[in-house]
Order: sequence, then structure tokens, then C-alpha cells
Amino acid sequence: MEKFTTHTGIGVPLRRSNVDTDQIIPAVYLKRVTRTGFEDALFSAWRSDPAFVLNQDAYSRGSVLVAGPDFGTGSSREHAVWALNDYGFKAVLASRFADIFRGNSGKQGLLAAELAQEDIELIWKALETSPGLEVTVDLERKLVTCGDIVATFHIDDYTRWRLMEGLDDIGLTLEHEPEISAYEERREAWRPKTLPAKHLPPVQIKAARPVGAGLPAHTEVPLR
Amino acid sequence: MAGTLAEKMWQEHVVRKGSGGAPDLLYIDLHLVHEVTSPQAFEGLRLAGRGVRRPDLTIATEDHNTPTLNIDLPIADLTSRTQIQTLRNNAEEFGVRIHSLGDADQGIVHVVGPQLGLTMPGLTVVCGDSHTSTHGAFGALAFGIGTSEVEHVLATQTLPLAPFKTMAITVDGALREGTTAKDIILAIIAKIGTGGGQGYVLEYRGEAIRALSMEARMTICNMSIEAGARAGMIAPDETTFAYLKGRPHAPEGADWDAAVEHWHRLRSDDDATFDAEVVLDAAELEPFVTWGTNPGQGLPLSGRVPVPEEIPEDNERIAAERALEYMGLVPGTLLRDIAVDTVFIGSCTNGRIEDLRAVADIVAGHRKADSVRVLVVPGSARVRLQAEAEGLDQIFLSFGAEWRNAGCSMCLGMNPDQLKPGERAASTSNRNFEGRQGKGGRTHLVSPLVAAATAIRGTLSSPADLVADTVPANA
Repeated sequence: MEKFTTHTGIGVPLRRSNVDTDQIIPAVYLKRVTRTGFEDALFSAWRSDPAFVLNQDAYSRGSVLVAGPDFGTGSSREHAVWALNDYGFKAVLASRFADIFRGNSGKQGLLAAELAQEDIELIWKALETSPGLEVTVDLERKLVTCGDIVATFHIDDYTRWRLMEGLDDIGLTLEHEPEISAYEERREAWRPKTLPAKHLPPVQIKAARPVGAGLPAHTEVPLR
Repeated sequence: MAGTLAEKMWQEHVVRKGSGGAPDLLYIDLHLVHEVTSPQAFEGLRLAGRGVRRPDLTIATEDHNTPTLNIDLPIADLTSRTQIQTLRNNAEEFGVRIHSLGDADQGIVHVVGPQLGLTMPGLTVVCGDSHTSTHGAFGALAFGIGTSEVEHVLATQTLPLAPFKTMAITVDGALREGTTAKDIILAIIAKIGTGGGQGYVLEYRGEAIRALSMEARMTICNMSIEAGARAGMIAPDETTFAYLKGRPHAPEGADWDAAVEHWHRLRSDDDATFDAEVVLDAAELEPFVTWGTNPGQGLPLSGRVPVPEEIPEDNERIAAERALEYMGLVPGTLLRDIAVDTVFIGSCTNGRIEDLRAVADIVAGHRKADSVRVLVVPGSARVRLQAEAEGLDQIFLSFGAEWRNAGCSMCLGMNPDQLKPGERAASTSNRNFEGRQGKGGRTHLVSPLVAAATAIRGTLSSPADLVADTVPANA
């Protein structure tokens, strides 16, 4: 993960609240099995509208998204963060974030910075008055600068430290492997194990057929 | 020190206490895996040369984009087929138990865990799916995680987490005839808003919650995420133990006794303090439906589509205007006058056997409205088998409904079960976001009872409307 200290890039005003992850990336794009290449999927429904902010030349190369409250609500899909990253966004500014989205962002090097809604409104106005205006996000000092607006933002200390150091979560945890093993020794016997598998007897499932397709209504699926 | 249920659960699972702003490291008892949010996690393991630490605490099912028709034939959609094949390959390579399409234990991950008896009180349960909150109905601390966290749990069986705040949601009184757990949770979300639960674990309590079956409790906890919460939970009680006893993975003999003794301690102390409290009276609830494009935009069925100009708060008014435009609704319309094209019965919210029985009770002896397509999609293959054993499939088929194989289906439209642009659905699922059930599709979230009555009448209806229909107007 790249270290994040400060970033300057074109600000994109997204005047919408409750931007859920289905809007950030619709479910149809979740069928991919790779980790990159989601830039075309970002806000794909809205991008078919020529008036959408990312379709305007001044904003299309933006890297700092300035959104309304409750950004990233809904489904836990991390693809939302990948899509923002792949498009080129480095930071999202909003007055409130959904918890899962905020967690996912921190793990993928995307800065989710919490600003007061009044500051978001001021930045929106500045970005709309001067399209293409740059925004600087200084993670070290927790400051956002846009034209003559200077605003502080909130981020928890741990996420900030990890972003600044570019640290990988799993590596950090595995340093504590002996403690994990010690905990496992203490776990009670009643806690379930998935293996060996226990289940009710296998039964033949019938495959449903489309209405009026002229196929036999019920064909049994080979027993697994 | 007095503690809430969530706090006790947290303490029990701390492997390592965080210091200097670092989160606690929590042990994960059960990890559920499906095809959509796992491929990149397994890819990450492979790239780093890591394995799955505890395959014996991990289980995978295929659900999000499995077809519900022709499941014995190769999956037509190539990307879906690739994703499912990728899960099968990963399960094989990493030694993870998998229930594939056609297997009697295949189904929506949140239906399968409980029915196998793997979900139980006192566990931490995670899955790369926000509706993991469902399992909180058992008194488990269960929450959705992203793909990096899936990889983290696969590699370490732990998660670094900052503690949640706690919110008590007390539902007093008794539900009236025609109202269900779904109406309780939709009313809670409308009351506290889609962001109202952010940062919280919700604990549902009170007389109305105690009176609910396990499946109804799952419906409530399932939609905690729609209120913005990470998790929702209900303290375990005799209802919980009775549901679990005898299930394939439920503890047996001395383990059962030890477990029950432990589970009895899993409740919030009487003098525990919550960071927030909400109180609701179940007796005041009516069947609830959503009119907009987020689950907080809901109203009692007797109401009218809101008039945005009457909403004082700017963001809410703008959101309402946008929602009504998308939904193609005229402000002031009676909700009961809204005609739908599709009725979808299923999902991890309302795709269990009790939901299907409730629907069958209402539609038996009726024929669906001609203008409506009705899809009944059981939450798991076992639910389907059970329904067939009870003859429910025949009731649905003679009603004119389609009786499908198990999966997430039209809840999120990742398989061919989708709405067409402009189509309107009454859906027992959990999200009414723009395009959720298919691009341009319009969703009204409803209970199974409202879905059934709507399928008969063609417009948003409750079972009470059916009784009214049988009484002559001039009687």
C-alpha cells in the first residue's frame, strides 16, 4: 500500500446525500474476480447522463470527491472503494460516512475525510464557481485547502497512522500470532466447527423450469 | 461492572487489547463465504503465499448470482459462471467446505448458517455481506465485512476492530393481526433513519421481540444494516435454544449443557447503560411499505405518497423529490392505489419457511392478479424441500406464481431475475435503492403478508383488504 501524506488534485462536487454503494458500483460489476480495472464501473448508472459531474471536462480528471452526508451506505462491497481508486480518486470528503465503507477505504489507501457539512457546502460552491479548482488534502495536519477555504477534517488516529505508513493489516496482525494461538487454546468445546461436515441426509433437488418453455417441469439435479 | 450484551460478547473475543488508538484484535468463531466478495480475498492469499488458518471455522455457499431456473444446465451468464467456478476452485485449493448449486444445503448464506445449526449464541460471525447482521438474532455478534477483511479473517481468523457503541431498541406491546417482524424493522428504520444506527450495535428487546419466532427475529436483525448499524442482536432465550436443539451442528451431550449455561449469561445486565435508546409500541404498528429509494423512506400502508414541499429539511426534501421522480409516483397518491408489475417473495430477509407458509396461507384458493408476475424464491434448497413436503409449492403454482430454486435472486438482480426499466415491484427483500432489482426497476419493500395480498389484488394491499373485498359494498 502506498504511503499517503498529502494529495492535491481536482475537486469533484457530488451534491447528493446517501450515495449508496449500489450507486457507486452496481451489483452487475461484482461478478468480476480480479482486483483492478473497475474504473468504468464507477457511478455507471449516473455516467450515462451527460450532465453528470464526471462527464464534464473540468471535473473528469478529478481525484478528490466532495460528497453529501452518509456516503457509502448499503452493501458492504469493497468494489466501491476499488472503483473509486481505479478511477483515480485519492480522497472522499463528506460530513458522514457509512461504517463499512469507511473501514474498507482505510484498508485500500483511500482517504475518507470527515468534514463539517458547512465546510462541504463552501467547498461545493467554490468547485462549482471555478470548475477544475484543486483541493489539497493534508493528512499529516488533517487539513483540507480549496482556494481560500481551509477546513479541518476528522479521521481516527489508527487509520491515519496506517495510511501514512502504508501498512498492510494482515502483516500487522500476524505479528501477534502467539496470542491468537493462545486464544484458540482457551476456546470452549461447544463452539461449532464446519468440518467434519454434518448435515441432514442428501436429497435430490429438482431444477425449476421457465414458465411455458416446453421443457419437462421438473428434472432432478444429479445428487451431490 | 454492568455490561450490555454486545459489550460482553466483545470482551469474550478480545485476543489482544489495542493500545495507542490501535483497535482490539477480535477472534472470529464463524466465517461465511460466498462467490461475490471472496475471489479477490483468495487471490490476495495466493499472492502473499498465505493459507486459510481455520478451514474448520469457514463455510462457503453459492447464492448471489446463482440462477433460479435450469440449475442442472451450465450457467448461461459467463461472468456468473466464472465467479462460481472460481469459488469452487478456491474452496478446493484451500480446503474450505462448500455447498454448491444442486446440493441440498445450498442457499443464501444467511439462511444456510442457521439451518445447519452453525449459527449459535455467543459467536462472532462475519461474512463479506452486509446482511450478516441476520445471525444476531441468536445472540451472536454478527456483522458484514469487506473483501480485505475477508482476506484478513481467512489468513488470521481475527479482525482488528474499534469498539461499537450500543443502542437499545425496545419494542413493547404485541403486534396486531396482519403486522409482522418486517413491519417492526421498517418502522424502526423510518424512525431512526438510514444513518441512525451508524457506529452502533443495536440490541432489540422488549415484549414484542420476545414473542417472535427465531425466523422473525432474523428478519429484524437482518435489516439492522438498513438503519446504518454494523450489527443487530437479540439476547438468546428458550426460543433460541429450542430452535437450535438437534440441528446438525448444534452441540450435543455435555457440550450442549455447557453451551446453554454459557448462553444464559448472554444478556444485558439490568443496570447496563446504552449509548442510545429507542422505544416503539408494536401495538401501534400497521403494515409498512416504502415509497422511495432508501429503506428509511417508508410509511404505513394507509398513508399517501409524501408531498416533498411539505418536508422542511433541505437534504430530505431533495432526496424525496429525487426518489419520487425515480419511482414515478405522484405526491399525495394513496399508497393502496399503487399498482405493481411484479411481486418478489424471497431473500435473506423473508425467504425462510415461515415466510413461505404465511404467504401460502393467504394465497391458497386465490388466483394472482393477471397483471402481476409472482416469483417465489426459497432462501435455501432445504427451505424449498420443506415447502414441497408441506405442499406449499402446489399452492404457489395453482395461484399462478413461479416456484424457483434457491438463491438471492431478484433481491439484488445479479442473476437473470431482474426488473425491467420502469417496472414496479412489491418485494419482501431489504433494499429499494435505485436499480437494485434491475436497472430502472422500482421497488417497494413489504412484508410477506403485504406481498401476498398485493399479488392477489395487483395494488399494494394488506390481508385486511382481502376481507373487505369479500364484503359487498352495500352490505
